[in-house]
Amino acid sequence: MKTKKLHGGDLVFAIVLVIFMTVFVVVTLYPVINTVAKGFNDGIDAVRGGIYLWPRKFSLKNYQTVFGMQNLLTGAKITVLRTVIGTLASLFINALLAFVVSRERFLFKRGLSLFWVITMYVNGGLIPTFVLYKSLHLTNSFYVYVVPGLISAWNMLVMRTYMEGLPASLEESAQLDGAGYMTIFFKITAPLCKPVFATIALFVAVWQWNSWFDAMIYNRLKTEYTTLQYELMKLLASVMQQSGSAESAKNSTNTITPVTIRSAATVVTMLPIVMLYPFLQRYFITGLTIGGVKE
Amino acid sequence: MAKANAVSVKKDKKITWKEIKRQKALLIISFIVVVYGVIFYYLPLAGWLMAFENYKPAKGIFHSQFVGLAKFKFLFSDVTFLRVIRNTFAMGVINLVTGTVMSILFALLLNEVRQRGVKKVIQTISYLPHFLSWIIVTGILHDALSASGIVNDLLLRGNIVDQAINFFAKPIYFWPIVAFANVWKETGWGAIVYLSAITAIDPCLYEAAAIDGAGRFQKMKYITLPCIKPTIMIILLINIGNVLNAGFEVQYLLGNGLIKSVSETIDIYVLKWGISQNDYSLGTAAGIFKSAVSIALIVIFNTWAKRRGESRLF
Repeated sequence: MKTKKLHGGDLVFAIVLVIFMTVFVVVTLYPVINTVAKGFNDGIDAVRGGIYLWPRKFSLKNYQTVFGMQNLLTGAKITVLRTVIGTLASLFINALLAFVVSRERFLFKRGLSLFWVITMYVNGGLIPTFVLYKSLHLTNSFYVYVVPGLISAWNMLVMRTYMEGLPASLEESAQLDGAGYMTIFFKITAPLCKPVFATIALFVAVWQWNSWFDAMIYNRLKTEYTTLQYELMKLLASVMQQSGSAESAKNSTNTITPVTIRSAATVVTMLPIVMLYPFLQRYFITGLTIGGVKE
Repeated sequence: MAKANAVSVKKDKKITWKEIKRQKALLIISFIVVVYGVIFYYLPLAGWLMAFENYKPAKGIFHSQFVGLAKFKFLFSDVTFLRVIRNTFAMGVINLVTGTVMSILFALLLNEVRQRGVKKVIQTISYLPHFLSWIIVTGILHDALSASGIVNDLLLRGNIVDQAINFFAKPIYFWPIVAFANVWKETGWGAIVYLSAITAIDPCLYEAAAIDGAGRFQKMKYITLPCIKPTIMIILLINIGNVLNAGFEVQYLLGNGLIKSVSETIDIYVLKWGISQNDYSLGTAAGIFKSAVSIALIVIFNTWAKRRGESRLF
């Protein structure tokens, strides 16, 4: 009697579980699939509405239009550049810094860590930062995408934790052989840190790829340094009637871009990341776990 | 043993010329990153001076007219700013609560999915929105909530409404939309830490509970949830410090003139006054207010957690 009752409870639980997960998956995927479907649909036909999971009148014209837009092409070029350069540079410097603060015998181990931890909680805010970049001539230049974000305390701490977990005996035996710290970093620590490097590279690359605010604030006047996300924003803003914020009112054009072209541009912008992330899962899971524990 | 080790390390740390020479590379790197850090993270703090003066770019920070707390007085007498504080807090708290609850719920339920393959697929799908930029997410959301979008489509078909709702024209819809956008984007991502905390739970606890006749729901409620409580507390503390920081991208991208009374946040206010109107002093003052409140929140809740004997940040 008792087991039967429990069985009933577990059955209800199983049903609730299936419903929850189904709703979750549908709500997550539907808008994305719908965007892809619209991107492949004929522009005039789409005005009728009623496109759900599959294009009604298949067409590649939207993509032809998107790939013919000079501003999107420039944006794509800059975005790829900032992602590659920014990620490599930031990975290298954060790794070096993490290496330094994870050396047990380093004279300023605690002080240097604290110096960076403070930056996680206190920052000058938008306006002082803006004034600083202006006086450093970082505005209206490509460098504003790379230089300010080079070191991130959080990324550094994740790498530090990982490096502290490596066996100290390796370093000691290398030191007995007369190896200096730089040799230890390049020959021993760095090769062992590949998993955490992948994690941080992924975080930085995604952040770089998705950034738009810096392009809008610091490089609005320089069309040659525009980014993909910012161009997409302007494209989408044409229908979002953002009259509310003065900033975007300045940016938005008055012409309305057809929904199919907006969808195609959205697909192009999200494609590289959507293709890549499923293969990098184990890296970001480790990264988050280390980061969460450490904080 | 470990203690003895620590002591010997301490002893080795005596600063000798030999040691300094050996650590030359480390010291050079430290010097470079400290210079970088001072410029990019600490120097902007000197910019806070602008909030206490009538800053004119031509005169610079050190020669502009000093006005004391005038900018702050203006801020707190500005009805818009008070409304902006309300909006930032309201949306921050709503997002914090809905986001945390959904992530925990999702982690708990996903943990109950028995088929490994299905679990893996659902989890992979759940991360997807996190990797999309807010530009894309708000664009998608705007389409879904438009007059011909899927939401109005379903509402009309289900005869719940007889006319398409213009979601972006009425203030009451805005906060729930922002909360939904956050939940949609970050639930799966936020669940990662909870899921990894769940895997660390001792399986013996579940076996013991099963012998006592606990069903799946009871096990979830009385074992899994209490076991991940320390993780929940830590994540909550981190997020409380960020409550005011989470008020920019979505609100900026989804807001419009019709609903700006509920959509504008402190960050948008700073942007409007500071960058568009070139009133750097006022923008800085508003920014300082935000920083001060954030730090106060972290300290208050951390102390509270400490008192109650919960896990804490520092």
